[in-house]
Amino acid sequence: MSTTASVTPELSNEEIFRYSRHLILPEVGLEGQKKLKRARVLLVGVGGLGSPAALYLAAAGVGTLGLVDFDVVDATNLQRQVLHGTSAIGKRKLDSARERIEDLNPNVKVEAHETPLTSRNALEIIGTYDLVVDGTDNFQTRYLVNDACVLLGKPNVYGSIYRFEGQASVFATAEAPCYRCLFREPPPPGLVPSCAEGGVLGVLPGIIGTIQTTEALKLILGIGESLAGRLLLVDALRMNFRTLNLRKDPECPACGTHEIKELIDYEEFCGVRQAAAADAAAQSAVPEITPAQLAARIARGDDFDLIDVREPHEWDIARIPGARLIPLGTVVEALPTLDSARDIVVHCKVGGRSAKAVQQLQASGFRKVWNLAGGITRWSDDVDPSVPKY
Amino acid sequence: MAVTLFLPTVLARLADSGTLRSEGDTVGEVVENIAGRYPDLAPRLRDEKGDPYAFVTFYLNDEDIRFTGSFRSPVKDGDELTIVPAIAGG
Repeated sequence: MSTTASVTPELSNEEIFRYSRHLILPEVGLEGQKKLKRARVLLVGVGGLGSPAALYLAAAGVGTLGLVDFDVVDATNLQRQVLHGTSAIGKRKLDSARERIEDLNPNVKVEAHETPLTSRNALEIIGTYDLVVDGTDNFQTRYLVNDACVLLGKPNVYGSIYRFEGQASVFATAEAPCYRCLFREPPPPGLVPSCAEGGVLGVLPGIIGTIQTTEALKLILGIGESLAGRLLLVDALRMNFRTLNLRKDPECPACGTHEIKELIDYEEFCGVRQAAAADAAAQSAVPEITPAQLAARIARGDDFDLIDVREPHEWDIARIPGARLIPLGTVVEALPTLDSARDIVVHCKVGGRSAKAVQQLQASGFRKVWNLAGGITRWSDDVDPSVPKY
Repeated sequence: MAVTLFLPTVLARLADSGTLRSEGDTVGEVVENIAGRYPDLAPRLRDEKGDPYAFVTFYLNDEDIRFTGSFRSPVKDGDELTIVPAIAGG
């Protein structure tokens, strides 16, 4: 692939020594290392996938790394986002990333874009780079990155993860299919849980992120056979790697018919706004009780039932004393064991699943049912900090 | 025809296992056989009309069935059907 800068950079003696294990690889050599130095790579997201990608691209001597992120380092990130350390908790991810990258390889220029990637800024930001590594965590940004890369003709090195499984490919090179050729439309919001909801094995983004990095380096160096036109499926539990053939869809609106001539409203396309409004309406429609009010009822010795609709593995982590576990999926079969004459308070982790449970109970004729606002998480914040948050 | 079906973990919890045996002459028949045995899994495999979703891709051996006749694609003994759902974690 051709890189945007035309001047061939020279390597200093320090760089020649640093990159010696690359330079003695005939497939890389001095010319390859100069290509890496000349290259401009954009990482969209410096979280699970972006962490190993940033580290290995910087270590490899990629000259300019653009980073797009607007998040702050949280303790729950550290189980997998190896770019950030404990001392970075509360810092902007871009600041933490810049410090780590500059320490790893001061020859790398870091360009920080502290903004969500949107339809308004994506073409401008992506346009100045040679290729994109997609490490985002939501469907709307994935379709946005895809369409922007197709419109600009920039390779999109794709990876995504869920629990123990990952996918990787290279989209939008001259001959390759794009993300829309694989998945024409996103699933409706809420159908596929996020890593925050479903969990992810911490090392999995390490596997997939380093595969993306390998593909990015191969594209820059112009060596090997890329994943363009193939989809790699990784199953870490079975330790099974499999590639499937990806075909360019002649009816693909992005790279087939080219009916997508400009970036669209991706939140609308993915149904995100509509789903958020529906969730808010559903939650506000059910009667609520705050953790402080619930604590007062418990302290008064009121007679009521407290139902926890989370899953058993969440119950093992933390629980509110006196609660009874009835996972959301089993509420209907548990109905005969519940007494509609008694007051019932329902809770989950943050209040979404319990709102659904309250609605199910109301639909079955229960009238005295309340949802615990903010769930066990807010209970820990407002009432009992000894209850761990997760 | 006896076909082996591979489910991703996100769907395997709705069946007994991530690897299932099924029967049929076409991909659609193989999927309906599974849908009949696992009612919770059924709506995640195909829509109410019995058609595939745009966000779940079926691979018969190494090929995307949308290019070989979708659910009408014929299957033979020993074929492998892999279900690839859209995931977005990063």
